[in-house]
Amino acid sequence: MENDSKVVTSFKNFLIEIGELSYFTARFFKELFNPPFEFKEFWRQCYNMGNRSLLLVSVTGFIIGLVFTLQSRPTLEEFGAVSWMPSMVSISIIREIGPIITALICAGRIGSGIGAELGSMRVTEQIDAMEVSGTNPYKYLVVTRILATTVMLPILVFFGDAIAIFGSAMVENIKGNVSFLLYFNNVFDSLQFSDVIPTTFKTFFFGFAIGLVGCYKGYNCKKGTAGVGLAANSAVVYTSMLLFIIDFIAVFVTNIFYS
Amino acid sequence: MEKKPIITIENLHKSFGDNCVLDGFNMQLYEGENLVIMGKSGSGKSVMIKCLIGLEEPDSGTITVMGKNINQLEQAELDELRTEIGFLFQGSALYDSMSVRENLEFPLRRHTKKFGIIKDTTPMVMEALENVGLAHAIDLMPSELSGGMKRRIALARTLILQPKIILYDEPTTGLDPITSKEIILLMMSIQKKYNTSSIIITHDVDCARVIANRMILLIDSINYAEGTFETLSASEDPKIKAFFK
Repeated sequence: MENDSKVVTSFKNFLIEIGELSYFTARFFKELFNPPFEFKEFWRQCYNMGNRSLLLVSVTGFIIGLVFTLQSRPTLEEFGAVSWMPSMVSISIIREIGPIITALICAGRIGSGIGAELGSMRVTEQIDAMEVSGTNPYKYLVVTRILATTVMLPILVFFGDAIAIFGSAMVENIKGNVSFLLYFNNVFDSLQFSDVIPTTFKTFFFGFAIGLVGCYKGYNCKKGTAGVGLAANSAVVYTSMLLFIIDFIAVFVTNIFYS
Repeated sequence: MEKKPIITIENLHKSFGDNCVLDGFNMQLYEGENLVIMGKSGSGKSVMIKCLIGLEEPDSGTITVMGKNINQLEQAELDELRTEIGFLFQGSALYDSMSVRENLEFPLRRHTKKFGIIKDTTPMVMEALENVGLAHAIDLMPSELSGGMKRRIALARTLILQPKIILYDEPTTGLDPITSKEIILLMMSIQKKYNTSSIIITHDVDCARVIANRMILLIDSINYAEGTFETLSASEDPKIKAFFK
């Protein structure tokens, strides 16, 4: 009986959270088109998020390309299909591995950062101070950050994909004596717009989810330092789950569209 | 001549779930007056001033600030009215990511209606910092400041918009007695210089003794007692006496 009521309460809380997140999202679209526009803060956030994530995305992308090629090589050699390596690596990286890995890294790096920053601003009354000084804190803090992640994530994904393919080309160059020119010719021959366009759309949604959940958790942070930690932590957990759901929907829709 | 109230609160009610914080609170603040509000922790003092500035929405009641009912104002009108009200937060609430200069420039750059577009904000920033005796801290970050310095910078940020009313939320809490005294003297000098009206939320009896023209004791969610420091401190009511022991 007690367990039943716990389940009901948890389910109720879950529905309340969904409702609040929907309201938060609706408010974003409302505020997005209402002046004044905080261009300066938006550019500052774009620079911070892009610039500070570049090294992490580059290193991860390079290692993924490298490891992916090293692991696949023996199997492809067994079937005499090493020449398929560039197309296999590029299609898997561009369609799936690149976007999801970069998004997960950014969820950890950017999402938790937003959650912690806004959370500590809430706890120390900085958000209230902003409101009192006649600034709309939602517009200044939330809209700019969500917009920045939405714009920057596709750029970071493109960059990460390029580095990953370069990593793969390097392995092929060393192990298989394949020139970079030949490798990249094969990559571009095998790639089609139907590989790149849906994945680019998907990354906009990934970026939006990272910014939205980070901001939602931070902006509605409960009092105390524990609240800040929880906001940062739950921002990463919820975003990661949301990324896989978006990925599933995106692949499902793409398959319907292209079949 | 009868003094005009600059703020009037009538029958203010505010609850959080089952916890009733304000249950018919009434108050008036007159021009040039320092009104001290005392009450136990969690008695609703901070909630009351947050309702006053529109940070919390009251369940019922009327709040009139400079002739305007703040619950009926549009957001833009409320923002404009807020330029006339300064708020000193308990924890100073300086923006961590900005330097002292940027903290002070932030409200200036946003209130172009009041001051127009200011090309060089330095003279105004310097004047506000000189008022609190911290002109040398202009390029420091909040993390480099002591508790007392943070409180002074927050006061300078409040003053930069030249408000007519200043709301102080426990301005001396967490400070040592010497710094507390400095802050109290600073508040008094600002009141004299700019002829501001102030509401001071405090637990500090010494602060109340020095600064209060009038006091309200918030007990049992209502304005339980009202008067000068002398009359209230001489009261025989045990609930009132407990504050002045």
